[in-house]
Amino acid sequence: MTAALAPAVARGWRRRRNPSLVVGAVLVALVVLTALVSFVWTPHDPTFVEASVRLRGPGSGYWLGTDKFGHDVVSQLMVGARTTLFVGVVAVSVAAVLGVPLGLLAGMAPRWTGELVMRLLDLLLAFPALLLAIMLGAAFGASTLTAMVAIGIATVPSFARITRSGTLQVMSTDYALAARAAGRRPSAVAVRHALPNVASLVIVQASVSFAIAILSEAALSFLGFGTPPPTPSWGRMLQESQELLFVAPRLALFPGIAIALAVLGFNLLGDGLRDRFDPRLEDQR
Amino acid sequence: MWVTVLQRTAILAASLIIASVVVFAVLAVLPGDPARVALGVNATEEAVVRLREQFGLDRPLVVQYADWAGGLLRGDLGTSYVSKSPVGPQVADRLQVTGILVLASMLVALVVALPAGVVMAVRHRRLSGLLLSAVSQVGVAVPAFLAGILLITVFAVRLRWLPANGWTPPAADPVMFLEQLTLPALSLGLVQGAVLTRYVRSAILDVLHEDYLRTARAKGLTAGRALVRHGLRNAAVPVVTVLGLQLATLLIGAVVVERVFVVPGLGSLLLDGVADRDLLVVRDVVMVLVVAVLLVNFLVDLLYVAIDPRLRRAR
Amino acid sequence: MTAGATGTVLRVRDLAVGVRDTDLVLVDAFDIARGERVGLIGESGSGKSLTALAVMGLLDEGLQVSGSVRLAGVDHDLVGADDRRMARVRGRHVAMVFQEPMTALNPTMRVGDQVAETMLLHGSRGSRSAARSAAVDLLRQVHIPDPEQAARAYPHQLSGGQRQRVVIAIALANDPALLVCDEPTTALDVTVQAQVLDVLVSGAAARGAALLFITHDLAVVATVCQRVLVMYGGHVVEAGTVQDVFTRPRHPYTAGLLAASDLDAVDDRGRLRTIAGTVPAAGHFPDGCVFRNRCPNAQDDCAVAPPWTGPHQASGYACHHPVPAVAEVGRG
Repeated sequence: MTAALAPAVARGWRRRRNPSLVVGAVLVALVVLTALVSFVWTPHDPTFVEASVRLRGPGSGYWLGTDKFGHDVVSQLMVGARTTLFVGVVAVSVAAVLGVPLGLLAGMAPRWTGELVMRLLDLLLAFPALLLAIMLGAAFGASTLTAMVAIGIATVPSFARITRSGTLQVMSTDYALAARAAGRRPSAVAVRHALPNVASLVIVQASVSFAIAILSEAALSFLGFGTPPPTPSWGRMLQESQELLFVAPRLALFPGIAIALAVLGFNLLGDGLRDRFDPRLEDQR
Repeated sequence: MWVTVLQRTAILAASLIIASVVVFAVLAVLPGDPARVALGVNATEEAVVRLREQFGLDRPLVVQYADWAGGLLRGDLGTSYVSKSPVGPQVADRLQVTGILVLASMLVALVVALPAGVVMAVRHRRLSGLLLSAVSQVGVAVPAFLAGILLITVFAVRLRWLPANGWTPPAADPVMFLEQLTLPALSLGLVQGAVLTRYVRSAILDVLHEDYLRTARAKGLTAGRALVRHGLRNAAVPVVTVLGLQLATLLIGAVVVERVFVVPGLGSLLLDGVADRDLLVVRDVVMVLVVAVLLVNFLVDLLYVAIDPRLRRAR
Repeated sequence: MTAGATGTVLRVRDLAVGVRDTDLVLVDAFDIARGERVGLIGESGSGKSLTALAVMGLLDEGLQVSGSVRLAGVDHDLVGADDRRMARVRGRHVAMVFQEPMTALNPTMRVGDQVAETMLLHGSRGSRSAARSAAVDLLRQVHIPDPEQAARAYPHQLSGGQRQRVVIAIALANDPALLVCDEPTTALDVTVQAQVLDVLVSGAAARGAALLFITHDLAVVATVCQRVLVMYGGHVVEAGTVQDVFTRPRHPYTAGLLAASDLDAVDDRGRLRTIAGTVPAAGHFPDGCVFRNRCPNAQDDCAVAPPWTGPHQASGYACHHPVPAVAEVGRG
């Protein structure tokens, strides 16, 4: 950043306290950092099965103890963060890559085409991520791939909808009308004027969708339709903990906290970004 | 108004047809042969052929689809390839269980969200509002099945107040029924309530800034009564939309929560169907869930028109 | 009335509205007599609307109010009264017509019910059906065509002008002693402005209601009002009869307003006249005379707040260097 820019940015930061953005960014950074660290270091081999150390309590060389297979919980959580982020990134990318162009199309096309596209996307809402994933899992076998694709496809309508409403707004502004009047084709106007304007909406949506993707992945892994063993996953850790609730409830608590913090992080980040991009809404959220 | 109803009905019918084709197609493209899949690897070729003929699996896909869809219209969900028993009655039983669970959860969600959302909106600049807001934000981040596991840990394992799992029909033993319903309904309902709270809050906040609320006060209503008499109905429009979507979310969330609490609902039937490779059951249950979601959306659309007179002109 | 025996309807004394340590409105005194029509003029941000809302008890929670506002027929001061007591005053003794008719009515409630509600609230009609038929009568009085059908309509089925008539009907329903109008015709088409004004003024006259008429449209003030208060920076800077103030303004701000509204008057370079500078943001007015940073006559002594010059609060101005009394203004 150049010296001239710095004061302006600092002023922007000071303009409005935005605790959602700060807390959200910190939590997300924490999850990302954990995942990155797990590539080079974990306290123990996360998938090493050691019968002699099954169900150890916290401490004793295992910070948060071990599970019923003797896996180190900390190591599993760290690698689980990787799984979570991977599924989230792929699912949200699939959704954005399909949803944003569809939304642009629906926003600039003639009215009835736009309506038709949106109606078809509404139909997709009848197939929530979980149902889609179970269906795909039944047809093709459950895997990380089917989970990611299902979550991604189920998230397409949110991206399309937000892009469309942003596009419609821009297309009815005076400057878009002026560009149309000057003889530019609607598609050119949409790409030139609408796309940059919906970018902020899409970024906010991506953050919120990421949180939903994490929740869906956890639920799918819990049901056995997500990441198959031995790859560690927070959802499956929960599933494995359930039969041991009477013996070792902490095994449910730790992955539970991890999921909740990650989801909270992305939700807060989304809220914070929304306030930041559109300060008019300050009172409404 | 009637134009709107007709229009929505036509959209519903079209959606149902497309959805049934999609469900059928996705489950028809699977690599294996459903008869072979159902019987297992060790079955003789004759047994597979017999099963195929018995269930008409050797016919063209279009015919099979027409057969299945026609059956759906008559309420006949076909006969399972695996258990050889009719699927319809089973689905009906399970649907009842899931229905009870979803409605109880919705009740919990509303009881939590309406007062909490209103308080958060009216006191949005005060500490109590901000605290409630933070609590709801955390609630949104907890998946329902995790809430279920935590509730079991506290109320079933530690305190031993309520059973950890199981299901009893209400007619068989009402007390037992309520005890077993409580934790699953709470885990679905509290989480959904946290989500709903945020929508109620922003709907009320929007309404609080409306001019007609000031007009109502200028007429001689206190701020509180103005909100109740003029604000709530207007705030209801966005909230009802969300309620519809939430009913759909609850229906799907029930699939997971039923697994946590070993409740014999549609979700368990679906997951068992997948485990047994009983593709007709899977197809039927998925379709029933999709129909339920589409029906709820349809009803929400109509409710909306009933609440907001501005929408009554055919758009 | 407790506040005065001379038929005073509204008596405002030392009214101050502010946030934290910033004063937004500081009005020393003004009265409105029974049936009198008083205009309150000034640019946006001069404190007109805040003054009106303070009288109504409809100010935002975050604002602090002090001073005294007394109303005929009400046995307590309106400043400091809680919402419950104020609710009994609003719509009964004092009513308000707002600027924006498109959003002032509840979109989910039939128009007739919205008019009837204000009568039921204050018990001025015994039964629901009596209030309903009274509502139809009121709609007829404000010249809404086919009032029976209009009463059953929802607001979105009426035009802006008709909606404003409905708002006026609501305001007149309980024969209030004072009608506060905040830019009631600004949002309307020019063609319907005159009709709505006529309905408003004749409706108030028929009930002997006084009018506090807020606007920045001086032509409207000239047709509707008998007296005028000029506000700037939260202060009343000049007051008097419409005749006096509009033909012989003494405060430079009033003179500037008049010159700016005169579309025939141009300056030496042939441009329409304006007041130099812009209205400062709330809390950023100079001390002393609030107008001195834009005033052509300002001198050093304007740093001291000018005292009120005039026989009484209803006539006079607050300025150290007033426009000469005989000068003809606006034509240069």
